[in-house]
Parts: sequence; C-alpha cells; structure tokens
Amino acid sequence: MKYIDEYRKKELILSVSEKLKSVSKKEIVLMEVCGGHTMAIHRFGLASLLPPTIRLISGPGCPVCVSSQHFIDMAMAYSKISGVIIATYGDLIRVPGSSTSLEKERANGSDVRIVYSVLESLEIAKSNPKKNVIFLGIGFETTAPLTAAAILQAKQENIPNFFVLSAHKVMPPVMKALVEEGVKIDGFIAPGHVTAITGTAIYNDLATICGLGVVVAGFEPVDMMQAILMLTIQIESGTPGVEIQYQRVVHSEGNQVAQQVLKDVFELRDDSWRGLGTIPKSGLKIREELSSFDAEWQFTVEVPSSTEPKGCICGQILRGLKTPVDCPLFARKCTPSDPVGACMVSGEGTCATYYKYRS
Amino acid sequence: MKHQDDKVMLSHGSGGRMMHQLIEDLFVKHFRNKILDEQTDSAILSVGSHEIAFTTDSFVIDPLFFPGGNIGKLAVCGTVNDLAVSGAEPLYLSVSFILEEGFPMKELEIIVESLAAEAKKAGVLIVTGDTKVVNKGKCDKLFINTAGIGRLKKETRLISKALNIKSGDVIIINGTIGDHGMAVMNARESFNFKASVESDCACLNHMIRKVLEEVPVKFMRDPTRGGVATLLNELVEKIGLGIEINESALPLNKGVKAMCEVLGFEPLHIANEGKVVIVADQTDGDRIIEILKNNKLGLQSAIIGRVVSDHPGKVVLKNETGGRRIIDSLSGDQLPRIC
Repeated sequence: MKYIDEYRKKELILSVSEKLKSVSKKEIVLMEVCGGHTMAIHRFGLASLLPPTIRLISGPGCPVCVSSQHFIDMAMAYSKISGVIIATYGDLIRVPGSSTSLEKERANGSDVRIVYSVLESLEIAKSNPKKNVIFLGIGFETTAPLTAAAILQAKQENIPNFFVLSAHKVMPPVMKALVEEGVKIDGFIAPGHVTAITGTAIYNDLATICGLGVVVAGFEPVDMMQAILMLTIQIESGTPGVEIQYQRVVHSEGNQVAQQVLKDVFELRDDSWRGLGTIPKSGLKIREELSSFDAEWQFTVEVPSSTEPKGCICGQILRGLKTPVDCPLFARKCTPSDPVGACMVSGEGTCATYYKYRS
Repeated sequence: MKHQDDKVMLSHGSGGRMMHQLIEDLFVKHFRNKILDEQTDSAILSVGSHEIAFTTDSFVIDPLFFPGGNIGKLAVCGTVNDLAVSGAEPLYLSVSFILEEGFPMKELEIIVESLAAEAKKAGVLIVTGDTKVVNKGKCDKLFINTAGIGRLKKETRLISKALNIKSGDVIIINGTIGDHGMAVMNARESFNFKASVESDCACLNHMIRKVLEEVPVKFMRDPTRGGVATLLNELVEKIGLGIEINESALPLNKGVKAMCEVLGFEPLHIANEGKVVIVADQTDGDRIIEILKNNKLGLQSAIIGRVVSDHPGKVVLKNETGGRRIIDSLSGDQLPRIC
C-alpha cells in the first residue's frame, strides 16, 4: 500500500538502526509526545532496535488520557439531561468518571452516539431537531480545527440544537511545562499531525531557550527511526534545533486555513490536564460571540468535585515519570476490558499500548 | 452478578472478553451440565447409537443488506458453519423471525429467498420455524434466529475439543481476514471509503468436508465476532501451549488493510463469516492448503502460524521487522451488531 509499505521496509529500518548505534554515544532521553507515536514504537518493536544509550519515554499526547476527570463527569451529567444526545468519539465512552461511564449511562437509557467525525454530529442535530446534540470536543490542534469548522457550519446553516463541550487543548504549553517541572528530556519526537496544522514555530522556544532537540516525526517505523536518528545527531553535535522528518505531510508554516478557523472559533484559557493540573493558556474555549454553540454556556449541570481513581498513576505516566509497569494496578485490576484510568482506555493511551503490545 | 445495579452493555455482546465473562458468570453458572461444560461450537448429543451436533445463533445485523450478502444468507451460513467446524455434516435448520410492524414485505421476501437459496447451496433443509411480530419501535426491523442439527462421524466427533495439539502444529486459514466486519462497517458508517470491501459470508461445509475426508484435522473453528485473535486466545487457554502468528503470512484484502490502517483496527480482531481456522500436524499442512485452494472459498488459504511451547497461554504476532507482540482477545465493543 502506497505511503505504508515503503515506510515499513525491514532493510531500511535496520540500516537506520545500525547508523544510530554508531552515532549514539551519550545517554539520552527522548519523549514521544503523541500517543500515535507510542503505539508505533510498540507495534513495530522499535525499542529493541535502539542502542542502549537511547531511552524513550511517553508524553501527554493522548487526548482521551489528558482529559480531566471533571470533563468526563460533566459529559456524564449532560448525558442525563432529558432530550440530550451526546455525540462522541468512541474511546471516550469507556473512560471511567468519578462514579460511572458514558457506556454505563447509555445502558441506563442515555442517548450516547459514537461518531467518527464531528460533522456526523451536525447531521444528527439536523435529523433530530427536537433534541439537543452535544459533541464532546477532545483532542489537540489536529481535531480542534474540525470542531471549529463544525461550529462555523452550524452557524452558517443556522442549526440551533448543536453544541460543543470543549476540552480541546494545545500542545506547546504542556511540553514546556514538563521541561520546567524538571522531567529529564533531551529531545522531543514532536507530533506529526499537530504540527501539520500549527507549523514548527511553536517549538522554537524549546530549542532556543530550553536547548532541546525537536524533530517532527511521521508514524511509520522508518519515520520514527529516522526522527530518532536526527535527534541523536542534534544532541551529539550540540546543535539542538527544530527539524521536520515528516516532510511529506508537514510544512514549517503549517496549515494556515486551519489556524485561522481555530482563531475564529476558539480562544486560549487555562485548562486542567489529568495528572498535570492546571496549565496556563493550554485549553481552547469557544469564543463568547459563538457561545450559543457552547454547551457550558447553554446548559447548567451540577458536578460534584471529581475524584481520581485510587492507586492509579496515570498522572505520573503522562508526565513521563513512570511507565505503566510501575503501576500496581497495571494488567491486574486495570485492563482494557475493565479500565481504572484513562490511559488504559484509549487505543493511544500509554497503558493500553503497553498492555496490548506487552511481551 | 457483581453489583445489583449492573446493566447489560453493548460490550457484553461483542464476542470478546466481556461476553465470555457474562457467559461464564451467568449463563454457564445457572445452566451447568455435562454437555454445556464442553463449550464447543455445537453441542454434541447422543441419540441412541448416533451422535449429532446441535447449535443455534441469532442475527441482528445492521444494515440488513450489505456488500456480499444480507441477514438471510448470513443466518444460514452462521449456523451451517458452526455445525461444519464441529466436524458435523449439517442437515436441518430451523428459522425464526422477529419482525417489526411496518417492515416492507418486499424486503422480507428478498431475505427469505436468500435464506432458501443459501440453504439449498449448503444442502440443508429448513424444517421448522416461528414468526413473531412486535409493535413498531420494539425491535429494529428484523431479527432472525436459526438452529441447526448435523450428523457427526466417529472420526471427527472430537474436533472441537482441541485434543492432541502439540508444539509445531500449523495454523491455517482459508483466506483473507476481516472482510465481513469491515464490509458491514463501511456499509453502515458514513465513511464513504472507496475501497470495495465485500463480506466473506459463505457456507463452508462442503469445503470442510473435503478436508476432513482426506486429512486428519486436530481443531477447527470459525473466527466470527472477536476475529482470529479471540479464537486463538481461547484455543491457547484450552491447550496450555502458545501460538506464534507470522504477520506477513496473514492474507489481507487491500481495502480491509487500508480501512484498518485508517481506523486503527487490528485485522485479527475483525469478524469473518466465511472463514475457518484449522490446526493440523505440520506434515499435513501443505495437503490441507492444496485441498482448500481447490475450492473457490479457499483460493487465498495460508499457513499463518504455529503452535509453540514458548509463552504458554499467549498468542504472539511476529512482524516483518522482527518485533513481537502479544495479541489479546478483543476487549470491549469494537462494533456492535455485525451478525
């Protein structure tokens, strides 16, 4: 298959692996920020192809995992309002809230529908004019422009019963927060699809101020190995900078149309991340002039203060401080079929990935 | 029951871990008997000096019509295949309908014609049935239940029990995996994938009979809901050995591969309705492939892996780059109502 087979060629992967082994001298820690990268590393067994000097840690790039418990509890509360249809990406319905999950609420009679695109929830709104459709907006700069476009379309087509509960987040503040918090990182394998939207300027501070290497990577094994090689060369030569490995998709200026749509619909706000607390200007809030589409404005729900599951170390895992195998619940009390923490639910969650690809 | 207020969730019907838990914790607990405890695809019953296989299946697929078939064809194939993989020769079926008030008679006729045509092809007679109609909105268009009876031969009567499997035995499948699940998904969701993915829905009894007549088979099962991965995981639990699957040997339709890449699905977890997984001695592997390839339902047959003594109880997938990973049973609700 085009764009897949050529990036999974065994000989190519092994040749990059050999090169890496000859280049890498210092002990370094690289963080793959994106859950898609974590999956690729484990799916293709890439860790075994790296020299012992290079350690990979997983970052906070799985949208489901970083969504706060409060957001999940809010979604649950909305699902119980009569006449409300919750439209959501599939992963979210199994995330345990403080007391229940959307999947359980659906069994209790709530109308919860899985969509693959936010635009499907617009269609649901159009075909159910007497109901209120609330789309649960999660994700980073990759999915946020789609939500923004849906809101603009709802405005243009005058669809009064479509709303968004936004937990959309942006990447740069959390990457910076991790570095400032003192997590040992020498370089970032930066998220390919986020950067396709934002462009690379968002990483300049990390390189120039924090002195870290940043390489924007694709998601196939050759992409990942090449990005790791590029980072290693940067670090070994003492010339950290921002580079793009994923050139077939990412351009340094990003997707300017998407950037504009984001600006038109959202503004930055301080936002709460699971395990990381509140990070200034890291969340996307729907602008006041579009508040008729903002579920938080239009519906009032009482949500008791949220409680994180006991013993779950998702927070430390999201900060790269621990790995799932350090968690006493991992693969015992917490499994994909009966998850305790959000990182075990999403296909891109670090715990789910470790569980799926454990050997 | 774990808690008084627990409810049935869609995941309980997915063919994966949660469904098995429900079956174990509730159904088997209350229905327990010697025959049921065998937990084979079909129940094996003694009637006088004869042994018969008996099975049942319900069909709630949405949409009723999909590329490669419809609910009627599926209702015959599902039950015929359950009997066939038990080593039985399928003979008789029952068909019961639950119809929603207002369902178009014309569509019902198309479905019934498919049932009849498929039964004829499979060489089974539909000998009894039942019809119920419920008020509009009380069921979704049409549900079908079929039950089937087949004759067991002495030499194949123990095939579902997976006895005598040993390290080195080969794992065979009769063609591409995941076609049914992805075809239904493509027909149902608004993806508009251009890929032409057709369900593999087909009765396998004639092809299976040919294999059984010529070669000793140690185990057979049809990888429906939960896919090949769930089937193999159940098998390794039973036999106390491991299984190693070779990723590059897995027959995969291009469209299915593309859809799985885009949607992040594992093809080994996707449902099939015209596939059989066969375990046999390695010396019989090539002969089985030859027989399968002589049938149009087995053109892409392949040896996809082996039974190993390493990692007992685990199914491990070896990929092209040398990476190895555990393939678990499907957990949760990948796609409800695919059969």
